[in-house]
Amino acid sequence: MSFMPVILWTDALIFALLVVVLALVWFIRRHEHLRAPWKHVAQRPMAMGAALVLGVFVVIGLLDSLHYRERLADSPADAPQYSVEVLSVFDALVSGLRTRQEKTYSAPLAMQLYAKEFIQRDGETVRDHPRLKYGGAHLTHADERGPDITRRTLVGLAQGLAVSLLLFGLLAAWQARRTQVQMGAWLEAWATGALGWPGRTVVLVLTLMLLLAGVLAQLASGYHVFGTDKVGQDVLYISLKSIRTGLVIGTLTTLVTLPLAIGFGIAAGYFRGWIDDVIQYIYTVLNSIPGVLLIAAMILIVQVAIESHPELFDTAAARADIRLLALCLIMGVTSWTGLARLLRGESLKLRTLDYVEAARAFGVSHTRIISRHIFPNVFHLVLIAIVLDFSGLVLAEAVLSYVGVGVDPSMYSWGNMINGARLELAREPVVWWQLGAAFVFMFTLVLAANLFADGVRDAFDPRLGGRR
Amino acid sequence: MKPLLEVRDLVTGFGSTRVVDGVSFRIAAGETYALLGESGCGKSITALSLMRLLPDGGRVVSGRVQLGETDVLALPEREMRGVRGGGMAMIFQEPMLALNPVIKVGTQIGEALALHRTLDGQAAREAARALLDAVSVPDAARRLDSYPFELSGGLRQRVMIAMALAGEPRLLIADEPTTALDVTIQAQVLDVLRRLKAERQMGMLLITHDLGVVAENADRVGVMYAGELVEEGARDAFFASPQHPYSRMLFEALPRAGDGGRLTTIPGQVPPLDGVLIGCRFAPRCPHAIARCRDESPDWQDLNGQRVRCHLAGQLPASTVRAVTAQTAALAAQPLLQVEGLKVHFPIRRGLIQRTVGHVRAVDDVSLDIQAGRTLALVGESGCGKTTVGKALLRLIEPTAGSIVLGGEPITARNASSLRRQAQMVFQDPYSSLNPRMRVADILLEGMDALKVGNAPQRRDAVAQLLRQVGLPDDAGGRYPHAFSGGQRQRIAIARALAVSPRLVICDEPTSALDVSVQAQILNLLKDLQNDLGLAYLFITHNLAVVEYLAHAVAVMYLGRIVEQGAAADVLRAPRHPYTQALVSAVPRIEPPAGEGIIRLAGDQPSPLNPPAGCHFHPRCPKAGALCRQTYPERTDLGDGHWVRCHWVAGRL
Repeated sequence: MSFMPVILWTDALIFALLVVVLALVWFIRRHEHLRAPWKHVAQRPMAMGAALVLGVFVVIGLLDSLHYRERLADSPADAPQYSVEVLSVFDALVSGLRTRQEKTYSAPLAMQLYAKEFIQRDGETVRDHPRLKYGGAHLTHADERGPDITRRTLVGLAQGLAVSLLLFGLLAAWQARRTQVQMGAWLEAWATGALGWPGRTVVLVLTLMLLLAGVLAQLASGYHVFGTDKVGQDVLYISLKSIRTGLVIGTLTTLVTLPLAIGFGIAAGYFRGWIDDVIQYIYTVLNSIPGVLLIAAMILIVQVAIESHPELFDTAAARADIRLLALCLIMGVTSWTGLARLLRGESLKLRTLDYVEAARAFGVSHTRIISRHIFPNVFHLVLIAIVLDFSGLVLAEAVLSYVGVGVDPSMYSWGNMINGARLELAREPVVWWQLGAAFVFMFTLVLAANLFADGVRDAFDPRLGGRR
Repeated sequence: MKPLLEVRDLVTGFGSTRVVDGVSFRIAAGETYALLGESGCGKSITALSLMRLLPDGGRVVSGRVQLGETDVLALPEREMRGVRGGGMAMIFQEPMLALNPVIKVGTQIGEALALHRTLDGQAAREAARALLDAVSVPDAARRLDSYPFELSGGLRQRVMIAMALAGEPRLLIADEPTTALDVTIQAQVLDVLRRLKAERQMGMLLITHDLGVVAENADRVGVMYAGELVEEGARDAFFASPQHPYSRMLFEALPRAGDGGRLTTIPGQVPPLDGVLIGCRFAPRCPHAIARCRDESPDWQDLNGQRVRCHLAGQLPASTVRAVTAQTAALAAQPLLQVEGLKVHFPIRRGLIQRTVGHVRAVDDVSLDIQAGRTLALVGESGCGKTTVGKALLRLIEPTAGSIVLGGEPITARNASSLRRQAQMVFQDPYSSLNPRMRVADILLEGMDALKVGNAPQRRDAVAQLLRQVGLPDDAGGRYPHAFSGGQRQRIAIARALAVSPRLVICDEPTSALDVSVQAQILNLLKDLQNDLGLAYLFITHNLAVVEYLAHAVAVMYLGRIVEQGAAADVLRAPRHPYTQALVSAVPRIEPPAGEGIIRLAGDQPSPLNPPAGCHFHPRCPKAGALCRQTYPERTDLGDGHWVRCHWVAGRL
């Protein structure tokens, strides 16, 4: 084999989560009362548009979670040796971005370095901006840059448009076949918005994303679209790699939160008495300790543990990954209290309802009452909390990494990008593109997550039920 | 005479749904006009249209509302504010929700006074006190400084009325003003309304579903069905001979004393109003409907001052009088359930270490017995502990003391599963008693699974049989509760209780959340099940009409104790305890009360936390003497198993 698959801890958990989500989707599809609110979500243009954007992020994150190590070219076939660098499928797809490394900072779409250096030109030593090794290397003169960028943009737009038209045609043909109508009739229904699902928004968002992808692909093949960072790495590549970190933090933390919040919240509300007292004391205590303090302490302990057991980790990636997992764990442990409190209140209400009394009159056991009567009736709250918390956690990661108690410094993350840009912001002329790129990506992800969360909340919140 | 309020062809819609469709009526000064109908008929929306207080999405489409000289619908919103409260005022159903809990009563009344009569300071306080006096709030001056939560439901509703009166309105709209109150309190509040109307020559629009309330209070009656008025007339004429088939069926669906026959039910439901409605809206449910009814909407027809919208007006057969069959005599066997000295005390804990400082004696020494196949009704006002008795019998609340013997077997915490096989419960609210996330079949299976009744195929067969037994379609098992109406849900709840074939079913107000016609269906079902399966019922209710229809024996509870018990006919026809007498006479009746006048109880039921010394009832009792204030009365036997706890009755024997 020319490569060795590597399964990091977070990879395993992410794919486990994916399996759970798929199982849940399958389960929900088979139950009418569970499917109904999701139908409402699917009918909201804003939510569907946001879901598409989120979907792109998730696909990138998943591709980036399939890790492997390449075999070293000169290692013998019977005792293969593998590179210490852990790559992912996503790296392989965008290998151009990863390998085209410059010397240091360069501005977006530039063909020269950002700083002046002494360079040999025509046998003379001059102090000037040296040409980049890759960015705009195909150009012979600086004057060609403008027209070249315009040309590439237009080609990218044309390609994006072509692909989206093709996809739209396929979609129309498939849908028309599925619903057994004429293609023309389907197109008319689509244009007037009479499809029953927000077809126009979905197509529009898809087209926009394809256009953007086309332009980015065209430009990235000749330039560094978002410039390069201090060690000359492409900022676009770093930003894309950071998606996985953000998603891992947003989802795995929730995975830690949920059992704690659901277990403690429902137990406190349902059993009341001393159980309620104990659980309330626990979360009151947890709430009164500043979260950052706990996180900092935990991260330091993990850091020490990693360093004192180097034999456990064969690569730098594995070390960084353990620290990421530890961060998810501790953030989960500090952030379950809000949801638990909510669920406690709801369970307090539900336990007095007549159908729970009726179950008790049959002598149904507590576990069954909780699993069949209480949990299904608080599930909408859990769901709303998950989608609402996700964006908050992505932002929290950025803040923690900036403070220095976040993910490993060698890990690509938006927080680290911002942290790295911090000092350069004081420089003249200012290096803004690192911060800018992190901002654009985070903003897009969080905005999409929030819009989707709004849609989910509107569909699930019974108090808004009358307005639909 | 020029009417005070004239409504002509009022149409109110929500989107394309016409909830009120062409309603016209007039109310003269000093007249009470009652709008009668089942829920969902558009009564409340009519009232809100008059006040122009429609909820979001609602809109008056067309029509005229004339209050005196003012065209209400044409007024700009600024002037409309003066009309609300000043021209017409409204009282809502739920006094808990209509008062702001953090503002003192006096201040809330003062707000209305400042707005409509520009009074403030001492003058406003005086006026507010006068208003509270007018609505018979005892100790009015002190009550001005109370918060709403310090008042009982009846007092709150009176404060609401006082607020409505603050602007000296010419028209008072009362939307189910007493539905949330107990009968004795209801009687007090209705008295106040009647007196005020006469004193101030106000017009009153009374919205209710209770025929008894209409009979005692209204001058004229309008019956609404599916957004339309279908019949209108003077009270006496209407009650003497209702003309519309719907009105007649409403009367026939009412349970009445001592008739063992089946109640008339109205099949089907109110039609949805968003479609195109052709013909008479009642035709699908009408037993007299002819072909013309389905094609042509009937017009108003005049029958000696009584107006009715029916093609068959005046041609319908005279209403049938149900045969009064005597209750079959009891086969006095070994009682199925015997309860001795049941007590449920809830500790009150205070302070840091949650020390017990006292007890709420919710149930205090209750003894009952029920024979197989018989019904015992447990009657009393809300808060008297009757629901707690039911739950304690099933050990849903652990009793503090007392013995329960069910089918000859003493029930303790250890053999609870034997209890659960034999006794089950049907709850009041069919909307909260079924888990919305479970299919009906799963709901029915739950009890059998928990108690391990039969094996899997037997249980599945049992579900199909149960659904048939309670009159639900066979495919109901696969659906979720939200697909069913209130009455059907209550059938599901009954089927759930029957799933483990109990011998005793505790029914906790099973019909109080339902409309009259649906109530009749459920009562019929309960009676059929009793005949077929020999079930015993403990029927917990405050509705005495239902008791008279269904029960063999009655126990009357007051503040956690049974004050009178005996055969239903004895207790309800010849009540001996002053409380029972007041309870029976407070029920609004269609027939004018015969014999002695109505006994009105003063005040409210005291808190069970701190019951009065001696006989609990003495502060409200018209017959109370010195002895009543000192000792709790012993049982006085009156023969035939009829007994009371009352010094006064004992003294007269």
